Amino acid sequence: MSARKEALIQVEDLKKYFPVKGSWFQKKQYVQAVESVSFQIFKGETLGIVGESGCGKSTLGRSIIRLIEPTSGIITYDGKFIYDSNQKIAVPMLPYRRKMQIIFQDPSASLDPRMTVGEIVGEALDIHRICSGKAERRERINELLDEVGLNTEHANRFPHEFSGGQQQRIGIARALAVEPEFIVCDEPISALDVSIQSQVVNMLEDLQEQNHLTYMFIAHDISVVRHISNRIGVMYLGSMVELCESYELCNHPMHPYTKTLLSAVPLPDPEKNKTRQRILLEGDIPSPINPPGGCRFHTRCPYATERCKNEVPELKEYAPEHFAACHCLEGR
Amino acid sequence: MAEKDKLIEVKDLRVSFFTPAGEVKAVDGISYSIGYNEVMGIVGESGSGKSVEAYSIIGLLQNPGRVIGGSITFEGEDLLSYTPEQMRQFRGNKVSMIFQNPMTCLNPVYTIGNQLTEALLCHDKDISRAEAFRQAKEMLEKVGINNAEERMKQYPHEFSGGMRQRAMIAMALICRPKLLIADEPTTALDVTIQAQILELMKNLQKNEGTSIIFITHNLGVVAEICDWVSVMYAGKIVEQGRVNDIFYRPMHPYTKGLLASMPRLDEETHERLIPIEGTPIDLLNPPKGCSFAPRCSECRQICLRKKPPFKDAGDGHISACWLHFMDQAETSAGSGEEAAEA
Repeated sequence: MSARKEALIQVEDLKKYFPVKGSWFQKKQYVQAVESVSFQIFKGETLGIVGESGCGKSTLGRSIIRLIEPTSGIITYDGKFIYDSNQKIAVPMLPYRRKMQIIFQDPSASLDPRMTVGEIVGEALDIHRICSGKAERRERINELLDEVGLNTEHANRFPHEFSGGQQQRIGIARALAVEPEFIVCDEPISALDVSIQSQVVNMLEDLQEQNHLTYMFIAHDISVVRHISNRIGVMYLGSMVELCESYELCNHPMHPYTKTLLSAVPLPDPEKNKTRQRILLEGDIPSPINPPGGCRFHTRCPYATERCKNEVPELKEYAPEHFAACHCLEGR
Repeated sequence: MAEKDKLIEVKDLRVSFFTPAGEVKAVDGISYSIGYNEVMGIVGESGSGKSVEAYSIIGLLQNPGRVIGGSITFEGEDLLSYTPEQMRQFRGNKVSMIFQNPMTCLNPVYTIGNQLTEALLCHDKDISRAEAFRQAKEMLEKVGINNAEERMKQYPHEFSGGMRQRAMIAMALICRPKLLIADEPTTALDVTIQAQILELMKNLQKNEGTSIIFITHNLGVVAEICDWVSVMYAGKIVEQGRVNDIFYRPMHPYTKGLLASMPRLDEETHERLIPIEGTPIDLLNPPKGCSFAPRCSECRQICLRKKPPFKDAGDGHISACWLHFMDQAETSAGSGEEAAEA
């Protein structure tokens, strides 16, 4: 099945460490934000990434489009290397920015308050020299605003004049301006009101269909991710613990962390909540500066054994297209 | 609900903010009552007035906000007639509050132990420092903080997010209040931590018999913890009822819309979400009729002209929408005006 699907982005062994300032005598320490993550994103699909805050999901998204330079690993886009730490390849990203774009979480923080909407959306057109004349540029901006459900007269206004939902639409229009193939959606709806969230989710789905886009959808709300994604990757403390088709993940989770995460989501259904079995975890996420050795989840995992403390589990295929990283699944 | 079972009763409460641009009716005539040992959920979008309403109960409304009408009765006493000194005694002792962001509510330069005992020493003049310390430690253990003795000496920044929220809950419950107001207590937390905190609050409510007003925008959390639900939109309660009525038999188009627009973890197939179109109204210029009418898919002529009355569906389930009066409206020559007076 995967043979027929074409991989758009391939990530191998991606790592991103952030240095932490210590005192003079301390050894230099690092926040291990992303630790050896490998996966593929197929053309036309939506890959959802879920995890708790601090698990490295945003860092992963930004490293892939190299807004943050990775520490090591290999990233290929459409068969071409855009980053390879072994062969010391780091291509100039400008041509790729036309193909890869990002939508940020906080719409008001990601729009320049001193630029009008027209300037914000048009800036990308200027940088990539997409439009030949002023009239064409104006035409294109109007077209983009129309596409995201804004009026053409909004082009002359400033971001603060808009509501949160509308600001997010401006952010989406800006991402679409260069006609990208791939968009990283970094928590695009978590700052929005409940009744506005579904409007934006539907719009993202429509835009994907019209423009044949590939999404990487990052969010902490697993119900939204499940709704929009074809496949979901679950992250915990910098590593990918499970990766598979979204309905399979929610109906037959394998990794103990995924099971906990799913059972922790309160359902809008009072009777079901009463009968549902809850798995409650003890304690908090360990610090990524000094993550536990072996399986990173072993400090909170109810099934942890001696082996989990010493040996890092690999992401293996335990069912067709269903990958998980857990020692307990072996020999099932 | 019989008169004596009511812990707090809010009647036709109106709160306005007098801004330079004009009067903003943040809370526009809401009424509800909560019995002993009950959890009332207040659901609404940002700007629907759910927090303002809670702040007015506990007397923390800030300028330019003012209560301009209605009454709040707590165990038979009128809260709005309290002097600031009376309010100070009442606050923390009978009613306390948990806020959304624990980091901004804990004082960063005092230890957790210091802040916990302060509440006790403030409200009970006879208590000794040692006794206050012992009680504070006991409370920390009760909210699930291990190694409480050591933790008492630590500062808020040494706690993780979930721990801070636990410390906040401990601080709120230390004087054994009868009512706890929780303003989005889990919104800033991760789902696994949220599950822990909800479990903790459920247990505390069961064991201590505290009533809770739970303010949130997350319908899942409401379904999990609440007995009663009030759905707010633009400063008004649009629907109120027992949690099962709200989730299984919603009446108001806004409640129905909210439920339909949520992606559900337990859905079987991929169904397109049905969003509520439009954006929340501008409270400076509220519409003349029903506030939800501009976004309502079933909006009629009358909705734009007159505010809808409540329809009582029994067992405390009420909903304010003209649709419930359509049968009557049609019989009275399609005007619906008579139904309004009824």
